[in-house]
Amino acid sequence: MQELTDITGPATPADPVSFPQDRTCPYHPPAGYAPLREQRPLARVTLYDGRQVWMVTGHATARALLADPRLSSDRRRPGFPMPSARFAGVRERRVALLGQDDPEHQRQRRMMIPSFTVKRAAGLRPAIQRIVDGLLDAMIEQGPPAELVSAFALPVPSMVICDLLGVPYADHEFFEEQSRRLLRGPTAEDTQSARTRLEEYLGGLVDAKARQSEPGDGVLDDLVHQQLAQGTLERADVVSLAVILLVAGHETTANMISLGTFTLLRNPDRLAELRADPALLPAAVEELMRMLSIADGLVRIALEDIETDGTVIRAGEGVFFSTSVINRDPGQYDDPDDLDFHRPARHHLAFGFGIHQCLGQNLARAELEIALGTLFARLPGLRLAAPAEEIPFKPGDTIQGMLELPVTW
Amino acid sequence: MHIEIDKDVCIGAGQCALTAPGVFTQDDDGFSMLVPGREDGAGDPMVREAARACPVGAITVTGTEPADAKAD
Repeated sequence: MQELTDITGPATPADPVSFPQDRTCPYHPPAGYAPLREQRPLARVTLYDGRQVWMVTGHATARALLADPRLSSDRRRPGFPMPSARFAGVRERRVALLGQDDPEHQRQRRMMIPSFTVKRAAGLRPAIQRIVDGLLDAMIEQGPPAELVSAFALPVPSMVICDLLGVPYADHEFFEEQSRRLLRGPTAEDTQSARTRLEEYLGGLVDAKARQSEPGDGVLDDLVHQQLAQGTLERADVVSLAVILLVAGHETTANMISLGTFTLLRNPDRLAELRADPALLPAAVEELMRMLSIADGLVRIALEDIETDGTVIRAGEGVFFSTSVINRDPGQYDDPDDLDFHRPARHHLAFGFGIHQCLGQNLARAELEIALGTLFARLPGLRLAAPAEEIPFKPGDTIQGMLELPVTW
Repeated sequence: MHIEIDKDVCIGAGQCALTAPGVFTQDDDGFSMLVPGREDGAGDPMVREAARACPVGAITVTGTEPADAKAD
């Protein structure tokens, strides 16, 4: 048997590429990731602080490692790598679900899954359709033109998650702004204070719900009147779960709606195909998720030495996963840079893989199918209202999406 | 075809119910379960895809399609 120490890793370039980088085109991986796409299934990258970590680039290896319990998501562990300076400030914070390992992660996840099943998401479709119709009515009445992020892409998932959780939508400007500061504020202080303000706000909401004798029907009401009342969750856990569900519940889907719309408008042949055959919609949403990979940089730390693909990832080393690179592995997808609604796009890793795979994925699919399907059906003449190359999109160190999307019809 | 679901590792992602809804569904707790009457996979070609889609490997498929199965 070969000794682990005898196994040498792949040749490492003298200057590993930096990660993350800004995208060049908002729906393709950054041009600067070209060396990563040449180096599968594992490469090395340099982080903002000069630290070198592993970058998983191969689809099969990513599936295996994301399901491997020897990789931890607990950012409180010493040496847990941070993708940017702004998140280093909140690494000591308790982060529910996605910052937990099993068994605590499993305990929390099991409390949440009845609210996010395929059936539950299907049951929410009529309510999502009403929200989408109402926002499009208002946008059409006031336009053209319109700024699609603020008029549609952001309010759709914000309203849906507020309904589901039992958070008053009247507070949306506050929590949308804090989410923006949390995910891409200019400084670490912004991230920290945004998180504190969200915790204060949702803590107040949790306390108010606890005082209600007639509980509402939101997911947070259930957590307060069941888990908190029974002592299976502490108040801090309920608040942390509320922060994650609220932020992840609106920010990610909003980005998929804005970037998905932009991508379809930039690929008129595919859009025409979709309009001609609305039955392609679920496959189109799946393919857009593969292609756009908006959460482009999952982070873990190795708890033990892990042998994979002739290499050893050492205990204590950081392991990153670039979903935009993984989802274009030519070993998994033919012509991976093409938008193709007829390919089997399933098994993409846009929602992650392993125990942390997106809790809200079925809700996200329902929202995207209804939002994109209705938008393009109601506005056959929808087009960009500015030159595509002038429309701003988000920097590389956060969830990817459009900052603005000026449209007309 | 024999399908086993390990509920101790299931995370309720719903990938199985999405991929092969004729065979897999989710119970009230969100865990994967087999649709009653379809426990043998009902010849659904998507059963193996559903097992592969599971992010935690909770689904094990053994044997062949019902037409070829000996035990059944």
